[in-house]
Amino acid sequence: MNDHHPIEARRLTKRYGTLTAVDAIDFEVEHGQCVGFLGPNGAGKTTTVKMIAGFSPITAGRVLVFGVDVSANPRDVKRQIGVCPQEDNLDPDFSVMKNLLVFARYFNMPSSVSATRANELLEFLHLSDKRDAKIDELSGGMKRRLLLARALLNTPRLLLLDEPTTGLDPQARHLIWQRVRTLRDGGATVLLTTHYMEEASQLCDRVIMMDAGRILLEGRPDELVAREVGREVIELWKTTPEVTAFVRGSGWAFEQVEDRIIIRDQQGGQVSRLIEERFPTQARLIRGATLEDVFLIRTGRALKE
Amino acid sequence: MGVWRTVFGNVSHRAIRVWQRNADVWATTWLVNFIPPLFEPILYVLAFGMGMGSLIGTVVYGGTEIPYLRFMIPGVISVAIMFWSYFETTYASFVRMYYQRTFDAIMATPLLAEDVIAGEWIWGATKAVMAATVMLVIVGAFGLVAFPQGLLIVPLSALGGLLFSALGLVTTALAPRIDHFNIPSFLIIFPMFLFSGTFFPIDVLPQWATHVALALPLTHVSFLVRALCLGRPAPLWPWHLLYLTLGSLVAGGLAIVLMRRRLVR
Repeated sequence: MNDHHPIEARRLTKRYGTLTAVDAIDFEVEHGQCVGFLGPNGAGKTTTVKMIAGFSPITAGRVLVFGVDVSANPRDVKRQIGVCPQEDNLDPDFSVMKNLLVFARYFNMPSSVSATRANELLEFLHLSDKRDAKIDELSGGMKRRLLLARALLNTPRLLLLDEPTTGLDPQARHLIWQRVRTLRDGGATVLLTTHYMEEASQLCDRVIMMDAGRILLEGRPDELVAREVGREVIELWKTTPEVTAFVRGSGWAFEQVEDRIIIRDQQGGQVSRLIEERFPTQARLIRGATLEDVFLIRTGRALKE
Repeated sequence: MGVWRTVFGNVSHRAIRVWQRNADVWATTWLVNFIPPLFEPILYVLAFGMGMGSLIGTVVYGGTEIPYLRFMIPGVISVAIMFWSYFETTYASFVRMYYQRTFDAIMATPLLAEDVIAGEWIWGATKAVMAATVMLVIVGAFGLVAFPQGLLIVPLSALGGLLFSALGLVTTALAPRIDHFNIPSFLIIFPMFLFSGTFFPIDVLPQWATHVALALPLTHVSFLVRALCLGRPAPLWPWHLLYLTLGSLVAGGLAIVLMRRRLVR
C-alpha cells in the first residue's frame, strides 16, 4: 500500500452542465505532506475535495487515493479518509459526545472503542468540558474543532480540510493550526483548501494555486514567493505625478491600484533605498513579500463573484 | 435484472446506521412521541363512539350491518400508517437533508447516498409500525379488534409504511423548498385521507369515483386493516397485498433514483 501516493489525480474534471468547475487538473500529494489548495471563491477547490472524498461524481479523468480508484470503490476510499467540511453539518439533534459516537457508528466502530477515541479527541481539541453540551450552545470555533474531531474519529491516513478556519477568531484559528501541525508531525497526510495565504504559509509544505478550475502554479510557499515576487514589497500611496513617472521609468515590476503603487523588489533593499533618496517625504511601507502577493499577481485583483 | 441493480445495487446493510441515528433522536423524546398515537384513537373513540356514532348508528359493510365506530376505527389506523410515514420522510427528512445537512455529513463516511436514502425509507416505515402498534393496543383494549388476526396489522403497517415513506422521499427529492410540501399534501394526501374507504364505504360514491379510490394506495391499506380488525377476510385480499408490494418497490426505486439525483452532485 505504501508505494501509492495518498492522492494522485489525472486530468480530473468536473462539469456542471456547461460550467467547468474543475478543468482536467493533474497533481499528487505525497505521504506526510500538508498540501494547500489556494484560490479565490469559485476556483474549484471545494469541488476538487468533494471528488477526492468520493461524494461528487467525477465527470472525466480519475483520482486515486492510496492507489484506490475513488469512482470504482468509494466506500474503500471513504473508510480511510477524514473530511472536515466547510459548512457546519454537525447533528443538532445530539450532544457533542453523541455526535462523535453516532458518527463512529457509520464506520462500524465498536462502541467501546469509539467512546475512548471520542474522549481522546475531545481532549485533543480542548472540548472535554463541552462533552454534554448541545451543538447550538457551541461557538463557531468550538463547532469547527468538533468537526475536526469528528474527521479524526476513524484515525484517517488522509485528512481533507475544506477551509478549516474561515470565519474564526485568531485564538480559534491558531488552535486549529496547532492541531493540524501536530497531526502532520505525527505523519498524517493533509490536504486543505483556504483563501488565507497566511494559513497556507504556516501549515503547508506545498501549495497549489487554482483559479477558474485550473492549476496556476504549485510549489513550496517560500519558493513561490521568492520566484514570483521577490524578497520585498514597497507600497507607496498618495503618490505625486513625479513619483509615478519615476517608478514607470525605472523598469521595476510594479502594479498601480487606484492611488497606490505596489513595487516588487527582486533583489531586496535597492528599490526602497532609491525611493528614500529621491522622495524622502513619500508615504510608503516596506514589507516582506508574502504568498498573498503571489496570489494577487497571479489571480488578479478583480473581485471573484 | 439490470434495472434492479442500477436502482438498488448500491444499497447496503449500512443503511441500518441511518435508521439507528433517527431512532436515537426519537428515543431521546420517546415519551412525548407516543402521545399522538396514544391519544388520537382514544379521542376518536369518544367523539365517534359517543358523539357522531350515535347519529349515524350503523353502516352496511360487506353485506352486514356494523356500528359506525367499528367501521371507522380501522380507517383511523390506516390513516395513521400513511401520515406517520409520509410526513416523516417529507418534513422531517427534508429538515435533515436541507437544513441540518445531516445527509452530507453521513456521506463523508463509508455510507453512500443510497444507504442514506434506504435508511430514511425504512425509518419512515418504522414510524408507521410504531403508530399502528400503539393504536392497536388502545383500540384492542376497547374491544374493537379481532385477535389474533388483528396482530397481522403490525406487518401490514410495515408494508404500507414502506409505500408511503417512499412516496414521501419522492416528494422530498422534488420539493425545492419545504413550503412546496403543501402541494402534494393538499392535492393528494388529504383527499386520499378522506376518500380511501377510511370514513365511509367507497361503494356509496359514484362509479367513476369508486375507480379512482381503488387506484389510491390508502384504499388497499384500509380494506386490509378493516378486514383484520373485523376478523373476516377481505375479498380479493391477495390483490390488495400485491398492489402494496409492487407499489412499495416502484415507489422505493423512484425514491432512490430521485433522491440520489438530488444528493449526489
